Amino acid sequence: MNNKKTFSIGGIHPDKHKISSHIAISDAGLPAEVFIPVKQHIGSPAKILVQKGDKVKVGTLIADADGIISADVHSSVSGEVTKIEDIQSETGYLEQVITIRVEGDEFEPGIDRSPDIVSEISQNAEEIIEIIRGAGIVGMGGAGFPTPVKTTVPEDKKAEILIINGIECEPYLTADDRLMVEKAEQIVIGAKIINKALGIQNAVIAIDENKPQAVEIIRQITKRYVGVNVQVCKTKYPQGGERQLIQALTGKEVPAGKHPIDIGCIVQNVGTVFAVYEAVMKHKPLFERIVTVSGDDILNPSNFRVRIGTPASFLINKAGLKENSVGKVIFGGPMMGRAIVNMDAPVTKTTSGILVLPESEAYKPDETSCIRCGKCVAACPVGLQPYAIARSIRENDLNEAKRLSARECIECGSCAYTCPARIPLLDFCKLAKYEFKKRK
Amino acid sequence: MSHLIFSNILVLSSIALAAAVILYLVSKKFAVEENPLIDEIEGILPNANCGACGKAGCRDFAKSCANADEATFSGLFCPVGGNKVMKKIAELKGVSAAQKEDTVAVLRCNGTCKNAPDKVEYSGMKSCRLAAGVSVGRSGCPDGCLRFGDCVNVCRFGALHIDKNTGIPVVDETKCTSCGACVNICPRKLFEIRPKGKDNKRVYVACRNTQKGAMARKNCSAACIACMKCTKVCEQVSVENNLSYIPTSVSAEQYGQQLAEACPTGAIIYTGNKGIKENEQ
Repeated sequence: MNNKKTFSIGGIHPDKHKISSHIAISDAGLPAEVFIPVKQHIGSPAKILVQKGDKVKVGTLIADADGIISADVHSSVSGEVTKIEDIQSETGYLEQVITIRVEGDEFEPGIDRSPDIVSEISQNAEEIIEIIRGAGIVGMGGAGFPTPVKTTVPEDKKAEILIINGIECEPYLTADDRLMVEKAEQIVIGAKIINKALGIQNAVIAIDENKPQAVEIIRQITKRYVGVNVQVCKTKYPQGGERQLIQALTGKEVPAGKHPIDIGCIVQNVGTVFAVYEAVMKHKPLFERIVTVSGDDILNPSNFRVRIGTPASFLINKAGLKENSVGKVIFGGPMMGRAIVNMDAPVTKTTSGILVLPESEAYKPDETSCIRCGKCVAACPVGLQPYAIARSIRENDLNEAKRLSARECIECGSCAYTCPARIPLLDFCKLAKYEFKKRK
Repeated sequence: MSHLIFSNILVLSSIALAAAVILYLVSKKFAVEENPLIDEIEGILPNANCGACGKAGCRDFAKSCANADEATFSGLFCPVGGNKVMKKIAELKGVSAAQKEDTVAVLRCNGTCKNAPDKVEYSGMKSCRLAAGVSVGRSGCPDGCLRFGDCVNVCRFGALHIDKNTGIPVVDETKCTSCGACVNICPRKLFEIRPKGKDNKRVYVACRNTQKGAMARKNCSAACIACMKCTKVCEQVSVENNLSYIPTSVSAEQYGQQLAEACPTGAIIYTGNKGIKENEQ
C-alpha cells in the first residue's frame, strides 16, 4: 500500500518554492471592511438576505443558495452592512458584494470556538449533507463546486472510494500542507464524516512526498481511525488535478465528459474536509480559510487564517512587501493562478494563495517558432497535442480544435511551461475553450 | 532500337485514346444536369467565399440564386458584391432585384489609448478573445475595445487596421463589404453594420458600456454616461441600461451635427465633418 504512486502520462517538475511550508498558520486579523461576493462558487449567485444598515455577527447567513448548484454565504465578521454594491473582482469584471464594516468580533451563538476535538459522529447521512449545505461549503481547492452536491451520490451510481486531496502540487502554496500538519486529526475525522454521508468505509488521504511532516502526522493519526488510509504520492505536477489523482491512486481513468463519481470516486480537498469537520462538529459555517501569502517579493511569507472578503491588499501589507516591488500579483498558484486586476479584490472561499512575484519571475519572453519537438505532447497529463491545438486556433479552425479534444484541457499549463519556443500554448487551449462556450 | 520507341508510343497512345473514349461516354451517360445559370451567376459573384450571405460559399449562393423563384430571390443578397452584382444576377434571371442600402461596419467604441488609458499590464497572448476571457482588459472597461485586433486578423478585405495613435481599429469604408466577420469575432460585440448614409454621413453612439455614468467615466473619458441630452435633440434616440442608442432611422444629415455637439463626452460620433477618419481624435 505504501509504495509511492503517480499518474502515468505527462506531468512536469517545476521548482517547488515552498518557502512558507515551515511557517505556522497565524490569524490575519480583521480588516476595517470586508467585501463578501455573493458568487464564490460554480453555479447561480446566492440571493441576498440582508439590507443596508443591518447588524450581522460572525456566521450570520447573509445570502441564501439559489437553486441546487449554489451555496449559502455567511458573514465573516461582526458589524454593519454598509453597502450592497458592484465592485471590481480579481479579474476586473464587476461582481456583486456585500460590504460589511467591522465592529468588534462577536460570533453567532452556537458556534463552538473551543479547541477540543470532537470525534463522535452522531448525525446520520442526510443530516450531515444538510449541515454541509447550511454551512455554505464549496470545493476549496479552487473550482468551488458546491460540496453538498458532490457528497450526494446519484441513485444510479455508487461511491466506492473517497479521496482526500492533500497533494497541493502548485509551487509556493503551502496552505493545505500547514492545515494537514496543524489540524491533522480534524481532517481525518472530517474524512470519516464524509464517508458516513456517502455510506462507504474507504477513504484515502493522498499527500505528496515533499510534505514529510504532514505524511508523518497524518499517518500516526490514521492508525486510530478505521477506514482512513494515507497514500504517499511521487511529486509531479499536476498531481492535484482531480482526474490525475484518481488515475494515480486507482489506476482508472475518468472518461472524457464524465465525472469521477461515474467510476465510483469522490475527491475532496483537505481544506474542504476540514471545513466539513468544523461545520458538523463545531457548528461553524464556512467564513474563513487558510491563504498562503508568498512569493519572492513578500518580506515574510505566511500562512494566514483569513476571513472571507478580506481585501488582498490587506494581506499583502500584513505579510510585508519588499521595497520597490513592481511585480505581478497572482490569486492562486503560479501555474494555474491568474494575475489580478484589482489589488483590493476580496479573498473568496476558493482563494488558496496570493503571490507577489518580482518581474524577473513573472517575465514572459517572446515566442519563437514551433520546432515540432513534441515536448508539450509529452508533458500534457490529459494526452492532448497542444501544438496542434495552437495551430488550429491560429487558423481559426474550431472544428479541428474540437477534433483534437481541446475541451478536455485542464488548463494546468504544463505545455506552456515545457515549451522551448515559449509559445503560450495554454492560452490557445483556453481560447479554444472560450470559443466552444460561445458556440453552445 | 527505334521500333521499340515507336511501339511504345503506339501502345500508350491507343490506351490513352481508349480511355478518352470511355471517359467521354461515361461522362455523357452519367452527366449530372445542372442549371447553366449557376455557372453564369458564379462568374458574376466576387468569389470571396466569405460566407457573409449565409451560404457555404459563392458556388452555394449561386445555386440558391439559380433555383430561387421571384419571392425567395428577394431574400438573397451578396453583401460583398452589393447592389451592382445583385442587379446583374437579376437581369440574368429576368426578375427585378431587391435593392439594399449600402452598409458599412462601424466600431461602437471610442476607447482610444488617450480616452481609456491602460491601467494594468497584460502579458498574455495578444488576442482580444483571450484577454476578454481572463480579465477585463487593460483599460478596465468591461465593454470596451481590447485593442489587440482580432477583427483586423479576421477581415478578408483588408478593410480594418489598428490606428497607431489611437490603438483602436479603423474601418476603411471603401474596402468594407459589411460581411460581418468582425461583428462575429469581437468578444465585446463592438461592430455594428449600419447604412453608409448619404455622402457617408453617419451618426452613432461609439460606446457599449452599460455601467452607471460615474463608473463608466472612471475607465474612459469618452464613455456614454446616459445624460439624456441626445434624447432631447431627437426623440428617436433611446437610452436603455445607462446606454444611449441611435437607431439607423435617425437622419444623420438632419441631426448628426447636433447630436455630436450635444454629447458632453464625445461618445456620439458624426462622420459628416471628418469624412472617413472617424476615430482619429
